[in-house]
Amino acid sequence: MTLDEILTSLFGEAHTVAIDGDSLSGRGTLDGGMVHVLGFTNRAELGVDQAITLAGRVLDIAGGGDGSPILFLIDSSSQRMSRRDELMGLSEYLAHLAKTLLFAEQRGHRTVGLLYGGSAAGAFIATALACGVLVALPDAHPAVMDLPSMARVTKLPLEVLQQKAQTTPVFAPGVDNLVLAGAIAAVWDPVLPLSGRLSALLAQPAFEGDPRTALGKARGGRAMAMDIAESVVALAMAHG
Amino acid sequence: MTGSSTIPTSRLSWFEAGARQRLAALVDPGSFMEFIGPEQRMISPHLQIFDLPAQFDDGIVVGAARIDGARLLVAAQEGRFMGGAFGEVHGAKLLGLLHAAQALRRDLVIAFDTGGVRLQEANAGELAISEIIRAMVEARTAGVRVVGLIGGRAGCYGGGGLIAGCCSTLVVSEPGRISVSGPEVIETNKGVEEFDSRDRALVWRTMGGKHRYLIGCADIFVDDDAAAFRDAVIAALGRPAGFDGVRLAAEQARLEHRLARLGAGRDGRDVWRSLGLPDAEAVPELSTEAFRREADACRETADDAR
Amino acid sequence: METLRFELATSSPAKGSRKIALVGVVASGNLEVLLEREGPPNRCTIEISTAAHGFGPLWEAVTTDFVSRRAAGGLRISINDGGARPDTVSLRLAQGVRLIEGPDA
Repeated sequence: MTLDEILTSLFGEAHTVAIDGDSLSGRGTLDGGMVHVLGFTNRAELGVDQAITLAGRVLDIAGGGDGSPILFLIDSSSQRMSRRDELMGLSEYLAHLAKTLLFAEQRGHRTVGLLYGGSAAGAFIATALACGVLVALPDAHPAVMDLPSMARVTKLPLEVLQQKAQTTPVFAPGVDNLVLAGAIAAVWDPVLPLSGRLSALLAQPAFEGDPRTALGKARGGRAMAMDIAESVVALAMAHG
Repeated sequence: MTGSSTIPTSRLSWFEAGARQRLAALVDPGSFMEFIGPEQRMISPHLQIFDLPAQFDDGIVVGAARIDGARLLVAAQEGRFMGGAFGEVHGAKLLGLLHAAQALRRDLVIAFDTGGVRLQEANAGELAISEIIRAMVEARTAGVRVVGLIGGRAGCYGGGGLIAGCCSTLVVSEPGRISVSGPEVIETNKGVEEFDSRDRALVWRTMGGKHRYLIGCADIFVDDDAAAFRDAVIAALGRPAGFDGVRLAAEQARLEHRLARLGAGRDGRDVWRSLGLPDAEAVPELSTEAFRREADACRETADDAR
Repeated sequence: METLRFELATSSPAKGSRKIALVGVVASGNLEVLLEREGPPNRCTIEISTAAHGFGPLWEAVTTDFVSRRAAGGLRISINDGGARPDTVSLRLAQGVRLIEGPDA
């Protein structure tokens, strides 16, 4: 789906979302209520400039007090890989962006990530994975790292990685693997209008705590994480 | 057992030390209790697919301890195992520790030493980092202080850098590096003109401890000495805790201001000159004391922000 | 990964009363050795997990040599090998026994 098709499927004509470079922002009307819309298009690279602008928008929403949800549409690549971004301390800008999204949630604005294109590495952590719930369209392509780059770094042939990816969902890119890991809550097949999907999701109460380790265990993508984390808590509480 | 700082009989290089040595040097003697220690054998289930050996603690040591009498939770990454990278078990141990920190209202110290996500378990590692960030923000909202220590061989890269950016206080030494993308990755993607990854001086001017301290990416600068890290932890635990809208607004302003003031710089030296350092070329050679003296007179700080 | 296991007769038990000791790290050319008190005082069990296949006889020689030189009875020794040379293995085993002989943690 193109961005326009997605916006139409979500809001019909009832939205003011505009594109500025490869960022987007605006509002949409859903079930008579308002939804803030932020995000990226065109495989945007997430550098210090984009991150601080976006974080500022999130903070404006968080301070606005309207309690409306934030829909975060994502088609990005990875963090911008440049000398300048690292010189300026990109890690702090991406961390800050994640913090603002978590803060907006604390202030009553549910955050829903809708992955419709790519998202990778640091950008993925700071945006899509920082939302309270993350959903994806079937043809989205999230990645920690693409397989050819992984092959270069691990010094394994690409064919070997591809073959191993058949046996485990734990490392290869893709929506299905991230569903199994618990990162993506649901895949939204656009045969149904996205507006109905979003309405239904927002009608459910928000999760208490972070459901992703439990999801990862239930779906088989991460068999150990939840139990290990809970063990550590139990041991710490027992120790006092 | 309450007590004063241990008086070291000889200097322990933080950079050279392993995770367990660092913890032993940080905590009050005999006060450390490990959670899910090596005898539990909670190893990675994924490394065998790649014929890679596991480590019994999966490269991170977590537990409870006292530092100068204060009860804390502590974690130390082993940078020599798989580059200290986050895998499923490794990440879950730190996640659980953060949940415990929130439940107990106990401050937490993390000795980072990580290249980021463990590629062989990429999806589990990436997700763990996101879960850790969420848990850290929740803990800090509850008043918990999270003190990050950076000075190891692997640095604090990738998702580790993002986690560090969520800590309440960061302590860094000269050998420490903080970055999202590593030097080789920048060079591979954007070319050697953009970043020559073999130019170690360039790496340290861009990502290293002194530069990070100068621009306010780290809060306390110490010698490569475990005793100095311990003293810095004690100082950090005396700083105000908290996470709220006021702090985030200050952080927004701080990071906008940095770009406006320093964003035209092409190299670390340009940035340091803009800050007003008398001799930017000499920075790498300055001793810890001399560097701190010059830096403290003109550096950007993150007080009341972060 | 290859897993090897040796059950070795020993002349005397490991001294001291520490229950657990850990030495080394799983890095290239290195290994970690976990020592635990287990089994009868005249036996030492050594389990090795290694990615280097076919070195059984070498491991057997190193471990046999180890128990002939050190009092290592009543120990379960578990090794994760990062491709260490035999002399490094011997060193870590010796360091491990010295550590577990130490005072209680």
